[in-house]
Amino acid sequence: MLNWMRWLPENVSTYGGEIDGIIALIYYVTLAWFFLTLGAFVLFLIFYRRRPGRRATYVQGDRLRELAWILVPVLIVLILDFWIDLRGAPVWAKVKGQMPPAELTIQVTAKQFNWEILYPGPDGKFGTEDDRQFDNELHVPVGKPVRLVLKSKDVIHSLFSPNLRLKQDMVPGRTIPAWFEATKPGKYELPCAELCGFGHSGMKAWLYVHSPEEYQKWVKEQWPTS
Amino acid sequence: MRESGAAVLDVHAHHAERGFWRTYVFSTDHKMIGKQYLSLGLFWAVVGGLLAHVMRWQLAWPETAVPGWGEVGPETYNVLVTMHGTIMVFFVAMPILLGAFGNFLIPLMIGARDMAFPRLNMLSVWVFALASLVLLVSFFIPGGAASAGWTGYPPLSAKAEYTGVNWGMDLWILAHALEFAAFLMGGVNYLTTAIALRVPGMTFFRLPLVIWQLLTATTLFLLSVGPLIAGAVMLLLDRIIGTHFYAAEGGGDPLLWQHLFWFFGHPEVYVILLPAVGLVLDVLPVFARKPIFGYRWIIYSTIAAGGLSFIVWAHHMFVSGMDPRLAMPFSITTILISVPFAFIMFAMIATLWKGSIRFDTPMLWALGFVAMFIVGGLTGIFNGSAPADIYISDTYFVVAHFHYTLFSSVVFGGFAGFYFWFPKMFGRLLSEPLGKIHFWLTLVFFNVTFFPLHNIGLAGMMRRIANPLEYEFLVPHQWINVVATVGGMLLLASQIPFVVNVVWSLLAGKTAPKNPWGANTLEWTAPSPPPHLNWGETLPVVYRGAYEYSSPEVAEDWLPQDRTLAARSR
Ligand code: HEM
Ligand SMILES: [Cu+2]
Ligand SMILES: [Cu+2]
Repeated sequence: MLNWMRWLPENVSTYGGEIDGIIALIYYVTLAWFFLTLGAFVLFLIFYRRRPGRRATYVQGDRLRELAWILVPVLIVLILDFWIDLRGAPVWAKVKGQMPPAELTIQVTAKQFNWEILYPGPDGKFGTEDDRQFDNELHVPVGKPVRLVLKSKDVIHSLFSPNLRLKQDMVPGRTIPAWFEATKPGKYELPCAELCGFGHSGMKAWLYVHSPEEYQKWVKEQWPTS
Repeated sequence: MRESGAAVLDVHAHHAERGFWRTYVFSTDHKMIGKQYLSLGLFWAVVGGLLAHVMRWQLAWPETAVPGWGEVGPETYNVLVTMHGTIMVFFVAMPILLGAFGNFLIPLMIGARDMAFPRLNMLSVWVFALASLVLLVSFFIPGGAASAGWTGYPPLSAKAEYTGVNWGMDLWILAHALEFAAFLMGGVNYLTTAIALRVPGMTFFRLPLVIWQLLTATTLFLLSVGPLIAGAVMLLLDRIIGTHFYAAEGGGDPLLWQHLFWFFGHPEVYVILLPAVGLVLDVLPVFARKPIFGYRWIIYSTIAAGGLSFIVWAHHMFVSGMDPRLAMPFSITTILISVPFAFIMFAMIATLWKGSIRFDTPMLWALGFVAMFIVGGLTGIFNGSAPADIYISDTYFVVAHFHYTLFSSVVFGGFAGFYFWFPKMFGRLLSEPLGKIHFWLTLVFFNVTFFPLHNIGLAGMMRRIANPLEYEFLVPHQWINVVATVGGMLLLASQIPFVVNVVWSLLAGKTAPKNPWGANTLEWTAPSPPPHLNWGETLPVVYRGAYEYSSPEVAEDWLPQDRTLAARSR
């Protein structure tokens, strides 16, 4: 229960490890503070419990010399804060900022209570004859960056992949980009993470990450003529 | 100057002929109004707690009927989540921490005979009662109560077809509007009273810290609620006459609501937190018999935290679809808030250093708050870091985090204040053993209920889902939901000693002396309970700050704010 990093589901994306790294950094920093502050707290409670004949020391903590005892720790907190943000900024930029070029773009449209997953087909363009839509199934090749175009038809939903460490709300009226590159073939759940009505609980899709050959096979099955 | 206004009038003529209705129901006495807020808050705590119990049962054993309630469908679950959150934040935390303690303590601690505007104060509590009634009625109308989350995000909240809830949602907005009006009236009163009615000698830097915290909380509320009211009016218009403020198809933007809501929402959590911090700051020195450490710096930190709380709101929206370039600036301001709060927590701990600590019941609750709030404060860093939040947001990790902060404030902070001032409020002493049993049971089962939620959150469990077993990746972790639910039931049962204690004390408890804890502040110079207008003919005069414990100037280990010291004895 205490090693929190072991609770994260298996990471299968290229950037997931970096997100986990930030979570781990924060975890160890806060764990240290947890033991330091609670340790001091408990020690004080034990040492300075009331004993007959001993009077509390009159310390107001208004002089800098006394205040230094807590101002220095506060300064360390400040430095650690900046460190966490400094380490976090590039990770955020990598996941949500500029997206890498991708061969495959897939449009995911959420609606109460399904994901409509639209492939542009062999011509790579949306709005043409060979587009194909799948409900609640997202098929991608392993080891290739994939672009997602996220939309919603009614209310706000959120595409969540615990294994990819990807989460992005889908807002009606907006077209929101996202991307990922999966590192391991398999079948993973894609739940909706934003309350979207009575069907919210149980609203999910499946992500199929295929090996290159398998993916080619799947494409052949879906678009047999090309 | 200070003796102006309705409050002074005539100290003697007043009490005798005030009958039952004027004393208990339509009272303008700040102490009775405080108690009315307290009673309403406790009533809603029972409702909110029972809703939580039904939710927890559903989460642990989703396919079974809840005893005494029946099957919980997903629609019902959404109502439960929404109403539990709404009730706990707006109808439990605010009325108890701000309404009850603010009303009871502000005049008594600054030496005023009543609030500056006693009738407005009465109107405040009655408008709050009306808000309560509206919220209660919303459970029983066709379509049921609101179910779009306590955050009420449109478009879900904006059209009945999305949730099946129609009137419930309108009444939800109305109840909020009324409760905001109530707290606006209260807030105006708090600020005016504290500025205008302080007794001679009570300078701003001699005010007890709880007063500072209450005033800061009130100010945050007054400054942040405006945009939300504007937002709520637009939501109501979208719902009733079909405007498109939040509807993309008509050129509106759903994210507008989120900005307005959280511009209010983040200060709002400090509206709850700060009074609790204040209660704890005032209890700690009394039982450590030592001045609070760094009094002025705590005030500056509080104001700094209050100021920062206005520029962090988008940390609730990292993955909302807003421009991703906004995330890091908001991440930085958010994590910076840990600085003033770290100062306050360290100051609390430093107050214990070299103290002479007595572990009476109020002190146990105050110490419980410190310990639990450290956990909640630290887990906040995970949520505040934008990249970590991509994974953490909307999971049970967040649920664990905000219960460690909110539950700690309301329950640990609230009970610290309640056990401490109960003798003053009701003139009776509570049983110490029962109080201690209540504390230890609550501490243990609070942690059994909420600590494992961090773990299941890290495992990916989303919040606001009615049935975790619908997800294969959550099935292996289901035992955690069972542990949390059993813990939750025991947590609710742990409140039985409290009820017994209060009832027993009110019926047959020992009469409380004026100053049972040996405390310095002015309320302890009034009788227990204080009469209407609080003091007899003369008001106390203040000579020093509120925390002169174990001062070298006197032989006792306390030195009340109103005691004159003829000459220096040494
Ligand atoms: C005064 C104390 C409490 C406060 C201030 C509080 C506050 C909240 C809030 C604001 C929410 C979010 C509602 C939403 O997502 O719309 C919530 C959810 C929840 N609370 Fe509490 N709560 C308190 C006590 C409890 C207790 C005692 C329990 C359990 C026995 C509990 C269990 C839950 C559960 C299960 C959820 C739903 C989580 C979800 O589905 O997302 N709460 N609470
Ligand atoms: Cu959903
Ligand atoms: Cu916030």
